[in-house]
Amino acid sequence: MTTEQLGYASNLALVSATIVYALAMLSHIAEWASARKVVVREQPPAEAPRAELVAAGVPPAGPPAEGTAEGVAASATDAAPPTTGAEAELRTERFAQIGVSLTVLAFLVHLMGVAARGFAAGPRVPWGNMFEFATTGALAAVAAYLVALKLYRTQWLGLLVTGFAVVVLGVAMLTPVYVAPGPLVPALHSYWLAIHVSAAAISGGAFGVGALASVLYLLKSRAESRTPEVQGVWSRLPAAIEIDRIAYKVHAFAFPLWTFGALIAGPIWAYYAWSRFWGWDPKEVWALITWVVYAAYLHARATAGWQGRRASIIALVGFATFLFSFIGINLFGSGLHAYAGV
Amino acid sequence: MTDTRNRPGRTTKRAPALNTVEFLRWAWRQLTSMRIALVLLFLLAVAAIPGSLIPQSTVDPAAVFSFRENNPDLARWYDRLGMFDVFRSVWFGAIYLMLMVSLVGCIVPRTRLYWRSFRAKPPDAPSRLSRLPAHHRWVDSDDAETVAGRVEQALRDRRYRVRRYVDGSGRQVVAAENGQLREAGNLVFHLGIVVVLLAVAYGALFGFKGAALVVEKEGFSNTLTQYDEFTPGAWFDTTDLDPFTLTVRDFDVTFETAGEQRGAPRSFRADLGYVEQPGAKPAPYDLQVNHPLRVGSTSVFLVGHGYAPRVTVRDGDGDVAFRGPVPFLPQDGSYTSIGVVKVPDAQPEQLGFEGFFLPTQAFDETRGPYSAFPDALNPALVLTAYSGDLQMNTDEPQSVYVIEKDKLTQFKNDKGDPFRLLLRPGDTVKLPDGAGSFTFDGVSRAVRLQIGSSPGKLLALLAVIAATLGLIASLFIRPRRAWVRVDGSGGDTVVEVAGLDRVAGGNLVEAVEEIATATRRGPQEEAT
Ligand code: HEM
Repeated sequence: MTTEQLGYASNLALVSATIVYALAMLSHIAEWASARKVVVREQPPAEAPRAELVAAGVPPAGPPAEGTAEGVAASATDAAPPTTGAEAELRTERFAQIGVSLTVLAFLVHLMGVAARGFAAGPRVPWGNMFEFATTGALAAVAAYLVALKLYRTQWLGLLVTGFAVVVLGVAMLTPVYVAPGPLVPALHSYWLAIHVSAAAISGGAFGVGALASVLYLLKSRAESRTPEVQGVWSRLPAAIEIDRIAYKVHAFAFPLWTFGALIAGPIWAYYAWSRFWGWDPKEVWALITWVVYAAYLHARATAGWQGRRASIIALVGFATFLFSFIGINLFGSGLHAYAGV
Repeated sequence: MTDTRNRPGRTTKRAPALNTVEFLRWAWRQLTSMRIALVLLFLLAVAAIPGSLIPQSTVDPAAVFSFRENNPDLARWYDRLGMFDVFRSVWFGAIYLMLMVSLVGCIVPRTRLYWRSFRAKPPDAPSRLSRLPAHHRWVDSDDAETVAGRVEQALRDRRYRVRRYVDGSGRQVVAAENGQLREAGNLVFHLGIVVVLLAVAYGALFGFKGAALVVEKEGFSNTLTQYDEFTPGAWFDTTDLDPFTLTVRDFDVTFETAGEQRGAPRSFRADLGYVEQPGAKPAPYDLQVNHPLRVGSTSVFLVGHGYAPRVTVRDGDGDVAFRGPVPFLPQDGSYTSIGVVKVPDAQPEQLGFEGFFLPTQAFDETRGPYSAFPDALNPALVLTAYSGDLQMNTDEPQSVYVIEKDKLTQFKNDKGDPFRLLLRPGDTVKLPDGAGSFTFDGVSRAVRLQIGSSPGKLLALLAVIAATLGLIASLFIRPRRAWVRVDGSGGDTVVEVAGLDRVAGGNLVEAVEEIATATRRGPQEEAT
């Protein structure tokens, strides 16, 4: 294939991926809408020993709810068998399954689109400008979600993740952020580009999943504090304490990677490219701010009175600063990183 | 951390008012508490924000200059608050310093505590193991001694530190503990941060940074006078400069010639020849962005390039008063460059020229002559000329891109407008009134080199690696305690296994179950 054909194929794949993500999102919307009719009795917010059990990922005594797909076992284990609305429950499950399958499909197409872009433009790594950061970053977020799905059965994140992917890809393709594939400026001719940006993008994807989980934690813990018998939509979510645990795991994965990608690999590359490790360039400053806020998140979790709600809010602030350092600074167009081009 | 510990012996015998020592102690405990660490981390993040939004004199002096022009009132306030140099301002330094003090104040006692707990034996089993979050109990077919031995081995195999003893009731107890590396990792991480910052400070004190513009075919020797800019660290000794010389034999640059990204640079490479020290053999080096040259402890980076038109100026007497390349300063992506030619040797009066170099000259009605492309495809010089006194004999150093016009008179044409020269390579223009002539001989390129040394790099790198490994350990290792009690006194061998995690979120239940499965012999039902 010629470069133009590859570029065209890449765009086609990215558009298709966006459409399939949108379908997955619709399916998850249907899942949640149908879940409103499901009545589930749920344990009150777990006490300590029980938290340990849940935390250990071992189903508590009692048979798992029947007829549920594997993917929802985690939430089902927290719930006694449904009292009514078995049919609604079945439908809800089906929509959830369709949503997950469509997301996997969209992810594969998305991956092909990003890869084709890399070949069309070089071949080189597909993250040389804003458009590519956005498409690769969204890919990393969905990948982080799929890994979490496999490990922790987090299909309850599906709606937010697919929504996020649709928005990011849509904005990237429909606004001036879009640029045709092309070779890199000399400052980017370095294998550090592959190391630095991929670490930043993967940790960013995980931070995104962590942020979405933190949002759901805040919502669920509020619902739990209102009534011990959480019903309808909220019963789709695992217990708040479980969401918090997963949010922490995702952040614990992302933070060292961000430390490495943004604050170790970044300065090393900056030394080779710009002759200094650290120059208080706006992007560097924001990478540091993001790091400091997430460090605060980890400290908050170990500080009495800061666990739970406050820590989750700090995680959300952290993600906002991440988005600003990853994207916002490039839009402002100041600093050395701006050469990457909008 | 420390604020939760009781301090015996600090009873208030004296008046309740805090005396100095008590106040200092109180302040110290506050400063090294986790809560304050949290607050300081936030403060640091917030304090860094203006440094990224307001132009910084250390990063972009030109932007600070234009900000001052446009917002003089605001700029006055910003000056007072140090907003143009946030990262060296007093208040930023204060937060940073407090965080460092807090950090050290945190590490030291924790290290001591850790050391003590590391050497301590695993603690005795709690009296009621069944209350622990993970618990198993069974009747084993072997005797107590054998079971306890098996348990001990199983725990050792799983990398527990194990202590076996017989308790007051004559029961065999195995107490075990693992995952202590979590705290060690955490300490290494926090200590690593301190070491990195110290290494960076060391590099800043004992290193230097400089910049020089070197024209193609010309050389540079690493002495103070050859630098255009030179910033030594406070304790850098300039006699320590590595005695190398280098020549830019050729500079090659290519630009995108078509498409949306027309004009974007595609490659820069400088073909260098360098001599490490006087008498050494010259060696070649292919200097590129991302590919610096290392000579001794010094690194040479290619950070930019520009143009140096070669010109010849003859004076009123017809003598060559100046000949050579003159670097011009690029202003934009198309390398429209500004510059001056100073001719102090011209007779009878000194001559000065000021204007633009346009690598690919184009013309449009509103902008006049401008550069349409960064490569030298259609180079032109557009200048105005002056005669008089260039004031180059004063002590004040002059910029090489500006002429002092106070004592100069501009050449005018017949209509009284400024006399303008527009030259292409090879052109010669005569100045009015027989004041001389100006020849544009050709175009050379010039490379901008950043030269510097920052000792302490290796230490910083090692500390950073240690810190990251420590961080990973502190996030993923879970300290865990396990106890097994074997009671053979009642005829049956009743075994109890229980575990306790010191951080939530682990797979404690599975782990305890696994220990039980690995050690139990006999009937598989759980005893109650
Ligand atoms: C430069 C500033 C700092 C950074 C970047 C930082 C970073 C971190 C990180 C990432 C963790 C997470 C490890 C974990 O969750 O176990 C942590 C834990 C911890 N930090 Fe810091 N820290 C900083 C300053 C401080 C200071 C000043 C203190 C002392 C008050 C402190 C005390 C602690 C403690 C006690 C823990 C363990 C928390 C636990 O029990 O899990 N840190 N720190």
